[in-house]
Amino acid sequence: MIATYANLIIQGILLGGLYAIFALGLSLSVGVMRFVNIAHGDFIVLVSFLLLTVATALHINVLLALLLVIPLTFAGGYLLQRVLLQRVIGQSVLLPLLVTFGLSIIVQNGLLEGFGADTHTLSAGSLDTSSLHIGSFYVGVLPVATFVLAVALVLGFDWLLYRSRIGANIRAVADDVAAADLIGLSSVRIYAIAMGIVGVTVAIAACFMGLRMNFDATSGPSRLLVAFEVVVLGGLGSLRGTLLGGIILGIAQTLGGQIDGAWQVLAGHLVFLVIFLLRPQGLLPRY
Amino acid sequence: MTSPTDAPLLSIEGLSVYYQQFRALHGIDIAVGPGEIVSIIGANGAGKSSLLKAIVAQVDRIEGRIRFAGEDIASRPTPAIVASGIALVPEGRRLFPSLTVEENLEIGRQIGRKGGGVGFAEIFDLFPVLRDKRRQPAGQLSGGQQQMVALGRALLTDPRLLLCDEISLGLAPTVVNDLYTLLLSINRRGIGVLLVEQDIRRSLAIASRFYCLLEGRISLAGRPGDFDRDTITRHYFGS
Amino acid sequence: MRRHQHLSIAGGRIVLAGAALGLAVAPSFLDAGGLTVLTEFLCLLVLALMWNLLAGYADIVTVGQHAFVGVGAYAFYGAVVLLGVDPYLAFAAAALMAFAVALPAMVIVFRLRAAYLAVGTWVVAEVLMLIAGKLPNFGFGSGVSLPVRVAREFGARPDVRFATIYWLAFALAAATFASTWLLLRSRIGLGLTAMRDNEEAAGATGVNLVRARIICFLWTAPFLGLAGAIITLQKLRISPPASFSIIDWTVFVIFNVVIGGIGSLEGPILGTALFFILREYLAQLGTWHLIILGSLSIVIILIEPGGLWGLLRRVLGGDLIPVSHRARPGFETNRKS
Ligand SMILES: Nc1ncnc2c1ncn2[C@@H]1O[C@H](COP(=O)(O)OP(=O)(O)OP(=O)(O)O)[C@@H](O)[C@H]1O
Ligand SMILES: [Mg+2]
Repeated sequence: MIATYANLIIQGILLGGLYAIFALGLSLSVGVMRFVNIAHGDFIVLVSFLLLTVATALHINVLLALLLVIPLTFAGGYLLQRVLLQRVIGQSVLLPLLVTFGLSIIVQNGLLEGFGADTHTLSAGSLDTSSLHIGSFYVGVLPVATFVLAVALVLGFDWLLYRSRIGANIRAVADDVAAADLIGLSSVRIYAIAMGIVGVTVAIAACFMGLRMNFDATSGPSRLLVAFEVVVLGGLGSLRGTLLGGIILGIAQTLGGQIDGAWQVLAGHLVFLVIFLLRPQGLLPRY
Repeated sequence: MTSPTDAPLLSIEGLSVYYQQFRALHGIDIAVGPGEIVSIIGANGAGKSSLLKAIVAQVDRIEGRIRFAGEDIASRPTPAIVASGIALVPEGRRLFPSLTVEENLEIGRQIGRKGGGVGFAEIFDLFPVLRDKRRQPAGQLSGGQQQMVALGRALLTDPRLLLCDEISLGLAPTVVNDLYTLLLSINRRGIGVLLVEQDIRRSLAIASRFYCLLEGRISLAGRPGDFDRDTITRHYFGS
Repeated sequence: MRRHQHLSIAGGRIVLAGAALGLAVAPSFLDAGGLTVLTEFLCLLVLALMWNLLAGYADIVTVGQHAFVGVGAYAFYGAVVLLGVDPYLAFAAAALMAFAVALPAMVIVFRLRAAYLAVGTWVVAEVLMLIAGKLPNFGFGSGVSLPVRVAREFGARPDVRFATIYWLAFALAAATFASTWLLLRSRIGLGLTAMRDNEEAAGATGVNLVRARIICFLWTAPFLGLAGAIITLQKLRISPPASFSIIDWTVFVIFNVVIGGIGSLEGPILGTALFFILREYLAQLGTWHLIILGSLSIVIILIEPGGLWGLLRRVLGGDLIPVSHRARPGFETNRKS
C-alpha cells in the first residue's frame, strides 16, 4: 500500500518535470512581455505535430528531429513577436489576449484540418519503454530523463537570464521598456529574441510531451492550463518555483488519476485553486 | 547669433517636434561643435527634453534636419544613432533598477560604438564609489550614485556627443559640483556635450555657448558672457 | 457635428429600432425553423452583451463565461426535473445558482492580476464542467435529456412551444440590454468607462473601481444562467461538453464581440447579427469556419480595436446607443515602435 503510494508520488514528481518544461516559456513571456499567451499550449501541440511529420518524413528519431526543429521554432517565435504580437503589446492586456486567443483557435482548427481528430504519440525508439530498477521501484528511463532535463533547463534558464548578456538585456526591458528604447536598447529586438527563446522551450516541451502522453489537435488548452497553473503556483518570474509548481501539479494529477481520467485533471485544478487561495503570490515568489 | 566652430558635430535646422497634434518645438536651429559644451536652458515645458529626445529619434514625429558628423540622422532608428556616437543621459536617470550597477554599465557598452575605447576601469576611476557597489542592484543606490551610473552607462557607449538631461536635478549641491567637474574632464577628452538644465547659473558657468528655449522657440542664444543676468532671465521666463 | 452626420445617426437608429420591432413581432410571421434560429441569436446576443460588459468596460477578459451558461442549464434541469419545481420558477433557480457560483468564483478570479485573470476564469470553468460530469443525477459525463413533459409545459404543440421559448429569449435579451445600458449610464458605468479611456480621469470620478468591477462580474452571472436555461429548453438536453461548451458560449461570443466592436453596445449587436448571417455560409466549411473567424478577429484588432462598429462609427460620427454624454476617444493606439 505504502509502496504503491510512494511509487505514485515518484511518478507524479517525474510528471512534474514535464509540466515545468511546459511552463518555462509561458513564464518567460509573462515575465518579460507581460502578456499571457493563450495559444501557448496550442503552439506546443503544433510543434508536436511538426516533430511527428519531420521524424516520419525523414525516417529519423524524434530527438534528432527536435534538433532540426529547434531553429525553426526560434525563428517562429521571433517572427511571431516581431510581425504580430509587437503591434498589440504594451497598450492594454486586452489586445494581446485577444490576438493569442484568435491564434489558439486558428492553430487548433488548422491542426484538425491537417491531421484530423486522431490522437498521436511520438516515439524515440527503445527509450520509450526501457525502465530503471531503483530499490523496490521501477521507473521509466524516459520520465527520469524528462525530469533531469527539466532541472537542467531550469538551471540553464537561470544562467541565461542572470548571467548572460542577452539575459541582462531581457531583464532590462522587463524592468523598463521605455527606458530601454530611450537609450537605444531596442525593445522590439529583445522581445523578439525572448519570444524566440520561448519557441525553443516550446519545441522541447512538444517533444517530451509527445513522448510521454497522447496528444491530438485540441490538446492545447489543457496544456496551457497546466502551464499557467505551474507558473502561478511557483510564483511569478520564479524559475525554481516552476519546478516546484510542476511537481505539485504532477503529484496531484497522478494521485487523482487513480480514480479516473476526469479526476486526474480535476485533482490538479483543485489543488491549484486551494494553494492559490492560500498563497496567491505563489510558493517561491521572486520579488 | 554666434556661429559655431567651423564644421559642427551636430547641426539641427528647422526642427519641429510633434506629439500627435501638439507641437512642442517650432522650427529651431542648434549647433554643437566638436568638443564644445553647449547649454540649453528653459523653464518647465519649454521643450528641452523634447529636443534631446528628437536627436535620438524618441519622439512621435519631427520636421527639419538633424546632421551628426556630416550625416543625416533624422530618419535613423535610435540604436543606430547611439551606435554612431550620440549618448543620452535621460531625464530622471532611467536606470534598470533590478539590474546590478555592472549590468547597467554593460548595456551601455553593448549599445555604443563598436571597438570603443572606454572601459569599465575608466568608469570606476571616474566614479570610485561605483566600484564597491558594482554587484548591487542599481535601484538600491542613492540618487547621486544612480546619476553616476547613468552617466557611466552613457560614457561606455564611447560617445562623441553626450546629451545630458537635467543631471543635477534632485542632487545635493556638493554632488552636483562633483558631477560638473566630471563633465568638464569628460569634455576635455573631446566629447561634445549638449547640457540641458533648469539651473541657469551653473550650466552657463561651464558652457561655451547657450540657447534659451521658451515655449518651443529659441528666445535667446549666444555666449554666456554676452548677456547680463536680467536679459537671460527675461528670455527664460518670457516676460 | 455636421448635418449629414445627424441624419446618418438618425438613420442608424431607425435601422436598429426596426430590427428590434421585427424581433418583437417575429413569431407572427416566422416558422419554427426561423424562430429557432432567432432564439439562438437572442441567446448569443445576451452572451455577447455580457462578455462585452466585462471585457470592454470592466477590464475582466474572461475565457470562462461558458461556465455560467452550463451552471444555469444544470440548475434549470435540477430544479424542474429533480425537484419538480414549476418550469417558470426553475428559471429563477438557474439565475440564482449562477449567481451563487459567481460569488466564490469572484474570490478566486479577483485575486489574479490582469492578464492572468483570463486563464483563471478558464480554470474555474474547467473545474465546474468536470464537477458537472461527476453528478450522478445529471447523467455523469454523458448528460441527460429533458423529459417530454417539461417541454410540454411550454406548449403542447411544437409551434406554440417554439413561440413561447422565443418570447422567453426575447424577454431575456431585452432585459439584458436595457439593464446593462442603465448600468453603463450609472455612476459605475461612467467610472469604468473613464478607467478604460484614461486611468487618471477615473480617479477623479470618485467611483470605487474594484467594487464596480466586482458588481459587473456578479451582474453577468444570472443573465448567463438564464441564457443557459433557455438554451437547455431549446436543445432539450444537458451534458457537460454541450452545456459548458467553450466553443459555443465563449469562443464564438468573443469573436462576435471583437469583430462587431468591443467596448460599445452597438458592437456586440452588430457582431452577433453578422455571425448569424455568415454562419449560413461558413458553417458548412467546418473547421474553416473558426479559422476564418479567428483570422478576421485578429485582422480587426490590428486595424481597428473598436471593431466594425468602430469603423462604422467614424462614418456616422456618433453613437447610436449613447452610453455616456462624453465623447468617447476610442482606444489609444501607440504606433511608436
Ligand atoms: N510624450 C508626450 N506627449 C505629449 N506631449 C508631450 C510629451 N512629452 C512632452 N510633451 C509636451 O511637450 C512640451 C515640452 O515638453 P518637454 O518635456 O520637452 O519640456 P522640458 O523643457 O523638458 O520640461 P522640464 O523642464 O519640465 O523637463 C510640454 O508642453 C509637454 O507637455
Ligand atoms: Mg525635461
